[in-house]
Amino acid sequence: MSANAPTEKKKGKAVPRTAMPEQPASVRVTNFNEVTLGYTPEMALTEAKRCIQCKKPLCVKGCPVEINIPGFIKKIVEGDLHESYRVLRETNSLPAVCGRVCPQETQCEGSCILGKKGEPVAIGRLERFVADTFMASDACEQLTGTHACSLEHEGLKVACIGAGPSSLTVAGYLSSLGIKVHVYEALHELGGVLIYGIPEFRLPKEIVRKEIEAMKAQGVEFHTNWVGGKTITVQDLLDQGFNAVFIGVGAGLPKFLRVPGENLIGVFSANEYLTRVNLGRAYNFPAVDTPAYTGKNVAVFGAGNVAMDAARTAKRLGAERVMIVYRRSEKEMPARLEELHHAKEEGIELMCLNAPVELVGDEKGWLKSLTVQKMMLGEPDESGRCSPIACDGQFCDIPCDMAIIAVGTGSNPLMTNSTPGLELNKWGYITVNEDTGETSIPNVFAGGDIVTGAATVISAMGAGRRAAKEIARRLLG
Amino acid sequence: MPVAILKKRRLIPGQTSELTLDASHIARKARPGNFVILRVSEKGERIPLTIADTDPQAGTITIVYLVVGKSTAELETLEEGDSILDVCGPLGKPTHIEPCGTVVCVGGGTGIAAMHHIAKGHKAAGNRVITVIGSRCEDLLLFKEELSMFADEVVVTTNDGSCGMQGFVTDGLRMVLDREPSVGEVVAIGPVPMMEAVANLTRPYNVKTTVSLNSIMIDGIGMCGACRVVVGGEVKFACVDGPEFDGHQVDFARMRQRLAAFKPQEELSWAEFRRLRGQEA
Repeated sequence: MSANAPTEKKKGKAVPRTAMPEQPASVRVTNFNEVTLGYTPEMALTEAKRCIQCKKPLCVKGCPVEINIPGFIKKIVEGDLHESYRVLRETNSLPAVCGRVCPQETQCEGSCILGKKGEPVAIGRLERFVADTFMASDACEQLTGTHACSLEHEGLKVACIGAGPSSLTVAGYLSSLGIKVHVYEALHELGGVLIYGIPEFRLPKEIVRKEIEAMKAQGVEFHTNWVGGKTITVQDLLDQGFNAVFIGVGAGLPKFLRVPGENLIGVFSANEYLTRVNLGRAYNFPAVDTPAYTGKNVAVFGAGNVAMDAARTAKRLGAERVMIVYRRSEKEMPARLEELHHAKEEGIELMCLNAPVELVGDEKGWLKSLTVQKMMLGEPDESGRCSPIACDGQFCDIPCDMAIIAVGTGSNPLMTNSTPGLELNKWGYITVNEDTGETSIPNVFAGGDIVTGAATVISAMGAGRRAAKEIARRLLG
Repeated sequence: MPVAILKKRRLIPGQTSELTLDASHIARKARPGNFVILRVSEKGERIPLTIADTDPQAGTITIVYLVVGKSTAELETLEEGDSILDVCGPLGKPTHIEPCGTVVCVGGGTGIAAMHHIAKGHKAAGNRVITVIGSRCEDLLLFKEELSMFADEVVVTTNDGSCGMQGFVTDGLRMVLDREPSVGEVVAIGPVPMMEAVANLTRPYNVKTTVSLNSIMIDGIGMCGACRVVVGGEVKFACVDGPEFDGHQVDFARMRQRLAAFKPQEELSWAEFRRLRGQEA
């Protein structure tokens, strides 16, 4: 295989990155089906062959959970997808999810050597291809080579609070080592932001469910409707003899704009809107009971991935006009380029350099218009982005009957308030030892958004992996 | 895990029932003032209901509901031995209970059930508890006997005068306030117009007044802000900052408006439910 390396190298530069088929924009705005359709086996093989199998792969360093990327790609080339999936699952509990939602351009693919002169290997698309092929197959078999998943370490048990990406990573990792894991989730479905936040058209819920089924097969026990800090506290879990507790409750508290009119009917936090539609499946109302609101003229405040998700969702629910209202310019938008591109294709308008100053309602309290003020860009601020400056007297009224606020989230104190002795930083996030993920309470670990503030799925998984490794080291030596 | 209904007591036929649920993990933690969010079935929505009572020894909690739409109508179709798909709690801050002399607990309609748990908590803390309950007529009056078992006094009002004093709960409350100069706190739970009327009544008496707000909720854990209310000019989330607030500080007008946000969808959903049930029958 290594004998082929020089030719592969040449080919890698010459062959363009394999495009992924997707639903045309005109069709996909009428449904909630996944936009991108995934590689065929032929496409995957063509793309896999572009990888030059670096001796010191930079891509692995770029991956927060350190997937053996050349390893799993090599197995695709060799035609052993089964083994390829096993390599992925060694370090990643949710490959079908990560292949879809990771910002690969700043992580693995951003580090790929081919990207220096041409296009990087489509690592995310390949990961997705392999995971999708093996989705339904038994997790234990993939990991251990046998169908049985017997507990190897009787008496050792770890609790995770929250069932989002960080906790799922801890659960996946520790259960594969034979440690019993119990996961406590406040909502009625498992997956955290993967279920309530990211829409079906970007991440089909069936995928999340199957990944979780694989973990159940591996012996993880899930408890839904258990609220960390309310139904169960960290102290309760330690009293019940859990050897370690991992807190992965995310940063779910929505921020509002603090402008007049924010409490009018028709004004939603992105969390509320997306939770109604994704968790509540409100796009099927009245076949399901959770209603969503359908605006004609919809304004979305913010320009991150959540704003893009909310805007594209509103479009699919029948809005005539959807505007992204953003204080800075398109260049500063924090959303992934791919999402921004998809949003524009679907007819989402970008209203850059505009800041909301007031939401105006009718006498019954329903939103009817929006007043914005023109902005211009000043000097870069501490985040490195140009700070917006208001242009005096330049206001504009826009008809608007629905507004979605997607300007970020803060620390939800439900969990942290109920845990005496838990050290927090000034923003209310949990302070941890950066190498181990341990909090100020011994054997209590934390990771993901409740430590860093709102970040990415994969960085939460990286934090989960770090904590899980430390827990395993302490419990298994 | 679905939660089993151990007992169903029909309080007002077809309208209001009391369910005793097998939920030891919630019963252990629940305090007066807490609520649960439940989802009746797979296609159901999440709705909040106050915990009307608990029995930690038996591992049960009690909820009481009024059929006002699709989800509560579906709940009413369940019988003893059936299960509710999802019950999550206890949620919200517990009622702030401290010894403060005489407490007047006012309950209207189904709110009497929620008030019942709080009144019990005040009694246990050593307070003298006067309860004022009200409904349209005698047949719709809840928990009169239950309250009589521990309350120092139960004042009953009915709009048509079929039981107790004729009038609204505010008439009963005014009578108590005029008679008792030493009332330390008034707690009011019921429909928004009733809580607003109570807050307006107590303002000139300068009595601390606590109301339990029933805004629209989705998750109930502070994630979305659907339940936001304006209290003292500030935005608060009823599910985590409340549901109890200083009644003299609440913007009831905004609260009433926001409760109407999904009226057309709620009506559509209920009509569809009745149509399908009709076809079944």
